[in-house]
Amino acid sequence: MMTASLNEYVIISSLLFVIGFFGVLLRRNTLVVFMCLELMLIASTLALVAFSRFNATMDGNIFVFFILTVAAAEVAVGLAIIVALFRKRQTVQIDQLDSLKN
Amino acid sequence: MASILFLLFSALTVLCAVGVVVNKNAVNAAGCLLLCLVGVAGLFVQLDAYLLAFILLLVYAGAVVALFLFIIMLLGVQGRQSFGFSGITTFAGLMAFALLLTGLGTIAFKGHLDAPRLNRLAAEGANLKSYAQQLFTTYLLPVQIIGFLLLIAMLGVIVLSKKHATEEPAK
Repeated sequence: MMTASLNEYVIISSLLFVIGFFGVLLRRNTLVVFMCLELMLIASTLALVAFSRFNATMDGNIFVFFILTVAAAEVAVGLAIIVALFRKRQTVQIDQLDSLKN
Repeated sequence: MASILFLLFSALTVLCAVGVVVNKNAVNAAGCLLLCLVGVAGLFVQLDAYLLAFILLLVYAGAVVALFLFIIMLLGVQGRQSFGFSGITTFAGLMAFALLLTGLGTIAFKGHLDAPRLNRLAAEGANLKSYAQQLFTTYLLPVQIIGFLLLIAMLGVIVLSKKHATEEPAK
């Protein structure tokens, strides 16, 4: 059975990153923007694991280990901030969160 | 040529990622994110990173997506008018998107990332012992810092979600 090459993994990873980036630009709901940020983070971990596997090293895998830990903490803090924001402003639509503008 | 499993899991990943972006309902977007993570875990298994695939499913699919769904239901967010650009943002966004797509196209059509085939290399990530070896020798200090980070994040979340007595009522 033929296995996929490093190039193909990097393509999938960058495609995932572009989709996540586009989602961050396009969506107006803070929660969905946050999900798209997670998508971009996952894309980078996929690239790290692929490079690590194809170079027969351990460093990329360990780095992904740390990234997953930080991402879990980041999601918890980010969602707490969103809940606090909703409590204050009664909305999570980005368009209506413009109090720094005036 | 790639294997069938690689095609299957990468198609699942990319399609569900698109689903996260285009779904108007936030709950459906979270469901798509869950499926996308399952696809990425499948790709990790193809790369012989079994522990990372398992942790990804456990931490992301188990905890993070559940937390997202919990918050969505707590806030009762409707997915109305969730698309739309305005003004100079359109230009900047399209420029950045075009640049990223160009980079992607360059990798896809001109990239020659020379690497030996998978079956000729030792699968370092498959061995649980090597994780422990690395984490407790080379990366001992980062592990402790990460532990403190988790503790600080936990305290931060508690402080953030506490209702302050002096907080002014929402307008």
